[in-house]
Amino acid sequence: MARTISYREALNEALMQEMERDSSVIVMGEDNAGGAGAPGEPDAWGGVLGVTKGLYPKFPGRVLDTPISESAFVGAAVGAATRGLRPVAELMFIDFMGVCFDQIFNQAAKFRYMFGGKAVTPVVIRAMYGAGLRAAAQHSQALYPLFTHIPGLKVVIPSSPYEAKGLMIQSIRDDDPVIFCEHKAMYDTTGEVPAESYTIPFGEANVVREGDDVTVVAFGRMVSVAEQAADELAKAGVGCEVIDPRTTSPLDADTIIESVENTGRLVVVDESTPRCSMATDVSALVAKEAFGSLRAPIEMVTAPHTPVPFSPVLEDLYIPDAQRVVNAVKSVTGWER
Amino acid sequence: MADDRIGRVAMPKWGLSMKTGKIMEWVVAEGDEVEAGDDLAEIDTDKIAGTLEAVDGGVLRRIVVEAGAEAPVGCTIAVVAPADVPDADIDAVVKEAEEQLASGAVEEDEGPRQRTAEVGGRAVSYTTMGDGEDVVVLVHGYGGDKDSWLFVQEPLARSRTVHALDLPGHGDSAKDVGDGSLGTLADTVLGFLDALGIQRAHLVGHSLGGAVVTAAAAAAPDRVRSLTLVSPAGYGPEIDADYLRGFASAGTRRELRPHLLKLFADPGLVNRQLVDDLLKYKRLDGVDRALQTLLGTLLDGERSALDVAALPAKAGVPTVAVWGRADQVIPVAGAESLRPFATVHVVDGAGHMAQMETPAAVVAAVEEAAGRA
Amino acid sequence: MTETAPARPAPGLDDKALLTAYRTMRTIRVFEERLHEEFATGDIPGFVHLYAGEEASATGVCMHLDDDRDALSSTHRGHGHCIAKGVDVKEMMAEIYGRTSGSCHGKGGSMHIADLSKGMLGANGIVGGGPPLICGAALAAKLRGDGGVGVAFFGDGGSNQGTTLESLNLASVWNLPAVFIAENNGYAEATSAAWSVGGGDIANRAAAFGMPGVIVDGFDFFAVHEAAAEAVERARNGGGPTLIEVKLTRYYGHFEGDQQTYRSTEVAEARETLDCLKQFRRRVTESGQLAADQLDQVDAEVGRLIDEAVAEAKAAPLPTRADLETDVHISY
Repeated sequence: MARTISYREALNEALMQEMERDSSVIVMGEDNAGGAGAPGEPDAWGGVLGVTKGLYPKFPGRVLDTPISESAFVGAAVGAATRGLRPVAELMFIDFMGVCFDQIFNQAAKFRYMFGGKAVTPVVIRAMYGAGLRAAAQHSQALYPLFTHIPGLKVVIPSSPYEAKGLMIQSIRDDDPVIFCEHKAMYDTTGEVPAESYTIPFGEANVVREGDDVTVVAFGRMVSVAEQAADELAKAGVGCEVIDPRTTSPLDADTIIESVENTGRLVVVDESTPRCSMATDVSALVAKEAFGSLRAPIEMVTAPHTPVPFSPVLEDLYIPDAQRVVNAVKSVTGWER
Repeated sequence: MADDRIGRVAMPKWGLSMKTGKIMEWVVAEGDEVEAGDDLAEIDTDKIAGTLEAVDGGVLRRIVVEAGAEAPVGCTIAVVAPADVPDADIDAVVKEAEEQLASGAVEEDEGPRQRTAEVGGRAVSYTTMGDGEDVVVLVHGYGGDKDSWLFVQEPLARSRTVHALDLPGHGDSAKDVGDGSLGTLADTVLGFLDALGIQRAHLVGHSLGGAVVTAAAAAAPDRVRSLTLVSPAGYGPEIDADYLRGFASAGTRRELRPHLLKLFADPGLVNRQLVDDLLKYKRLDGVDRALQTLLGTLLDGERSALDVAALPAKAGVPTVAVWGRADQVIPVAGAESLRPFATVHVVDGAGHMAQMETPAAVVAAVEEAAGRA
Repeated sequence: MTETAPARPAPGLDDKALLTAYRTMRTIRVFEERLHEEFATGDIPGFVHLYAGEEASATGVCMHLDDDRDALSSTHRGHGHCIAKGVDVKEMMAEIYGRTSGSCHGKGGSMHIADLSKGMLGANGIVGGGPPLICGAALAAKLRGDGGVGVAFFGDGGSNQGTTLESLNLASVWNLPAVFIAENNGYAEATSAAWSVGGGDIANRAAAFGMPGVIVDGFDFFAVHEAAAEAVERARNGGGPTLIEVKLTRYYGHFEGDQQTYRSTEVAEARETLDCLKQFRRRVTESGQLAADQLDQVDAEVGRLIDEAVAEAKAAPLPTRADLETDVHISY
């Protein structure tokens, strides 16, 4: 039965239940237990933001702290996946993929195709993304579009505790490599989550709310921003259909296109920088597949094309907010051909 | 001082997750005379639209929450009282309700209480409403759960203790169904009575649940005071096998929705929330296997594998049936085999889910069966 | 200074094992020389990096490995490692020709031949791409507890990659059953190892990570075999990783078409005086363990196998448009 728990607890529960169910599931990353080789507690941190807390005492041989060697341990996770394990490796900040990208996109992503369909690489790479914690340019990016670009990877971007648990369990059971993008500002958000194990299929968008006036496609934390905007707009009589694709690869194009065919208007809300982003990707999809249904130009609400700034004043301007979504919706609904 | 003849009509709590309801329409107007059981208002929850019935008789003195507005569960939305209660007293109650509403300090009716019983080594989840001596047990159908009774449980609970349970493999109960046979399911219902120390109960079953309660009554007639069957399975060979298999295998909204449309006379009832809730259930570990196992209990090729038509006569228990005329899953023709020993009400405006589309008819049927016990 | 392993006959190699070793080395040699000829005809697409001259290394190491529990990662110069780990030679040839009957159905090519069922995690187009994978394979073996090992082959070029150095450290920290084989053929593309490897011998780096480091003569099958025996056994018994530097010479260019203007006469000298096949033949015949005609027979059989492999590869069907978009994911 469902209880109200946090995004962090939902992820922890998913890992706990899958490690319980399947002894081939292992967890590794910097300070995933925390305190390896140190004189104090062996499970001191449980991940830098506590997501893996409590796993080490329960599964001591299967929760591995690593040196700060992302190439080696992400590659080890990939290699172990080809040899029968189901590793969940934590990259910590998604920005750190810069030092191990080869193992992700030249190795894990390619094996299946490059080896003629014979490889199975069931690895999950967890990474925190997103701005809002005043963590500046190298700890705040929303880099999921980069992974989405690479064939062979699946990219998951959960928007709530319910999505987080079900998508994590699906990621672990999935036989393809998965990049699991957790928004670091969402760990304390709460929601109803079943206590039982469950999976959410990849490539199935969640229609968060129905509406007839404009389709708002939003990713990850931007789903709640879009919902706030939709609440505001409902008061003005504008009905937003808010769609959370849940996974950027595979992408549920059908749900987006069907919605735009009904509403005739599209706003995409994407926390990443605008060039070659999910915003441009979804916009191109709709422009190509539903051009005849569009009654107004597409609007994109994204970060500016800059690194993430440090000063709180600037960072608050950087992150797309509900007011910008409201403005974009007003722009598309007020537009007359 | 509030007059105890003043009845507050509260926003009902239909199901555990309901927090607010929206009044779509007041069926009655201020000044109308109402009797207990009369329809008062159409209310939309995030799950499904339903009709609120009057608990107290009297005059509808005041509407507090107008049509089109939303109100939290437990909030007073109208006031019913005899005509001789002074306006000033009514005004005081309305003022208090409005203040509560404005401040948000509405005390939520705790609604159905969810509990778990251990039956045959499995956790069986159930909710209970009311505290009357007479006990009613509601048993849902294939793929359903205790929430499918949400419009029926509350009115029945006014004078009785009403339990709605989740069969194994469903809702919040354990997902292991064992062999999934009718006998196993019937034993679960009887075991549930044992677990709660209930000597005798009125059993109400829908669809597969109808066959289950029939089998339970045949196995232990002394435990069953009456049977109410809503579109029961097992009373004829016809059943929509495509629906059952489609429901079992559907993994996405797009796959599931067309099957759900077959359940209702009014397709508008298949809203996003209903589909999403069912998908959430279907994604739980073990549900797929449970549903597949139960398919084997329900189906023999394209026909029903169940035949319980001879059992009620054996049980000798008063039996009343309700069947939606527009039932596409188990056609109303099945009602014929019930007529020799049961009163059958074929109702308009309902499909396979009479307990959701015409709850008053189901409530009346239970009362009728209980009255003959 | 790291010790140099002495070149003496390896104990425990019976006639059958010696013939197997010879057959493997000979198969690699003929496979590569034939590719050298075929590439010149223009029938083979893309890049081919030949392993000829280095046969004793792959063979001496892989003779200690099992199909099931042991895994190997390779380099872009991977044909020898594949053959030594038991990948089907005809499927390899078909793969190099881009045919559907190839090891990877024509989707990988020379640089990506793999056979996961034999623990061959693939030749690798990325220098230094393999060692992290082998840490994972070794970790999996360690958790399985079946005594399996992971072996990473890399070159002198790969020895300078951060991935390799990180992997040496991780293998040490996690005490993994891993063996790192640095095949130092003297050149990373056209750049001399004498210039690019800081600190001299690659094996010296082992000390920094707290593991044994050994240098062996890559022309001497017996030396490689013995050093690998010790490293594999240490790994299987929980003793942790080892770094072996195998010094050798590649007989052809970095890739086919490389004019090798950066080199002097070392290849001709090596072929003449150091060649691993010649040394092996001399050693086993002089000691009387094998007769020359036994080896000649292997030569003949291998020659026929490679002839067939080429003929069959050339005749095999090419992929079609239908193959273009399959095998990206297992499910999507």
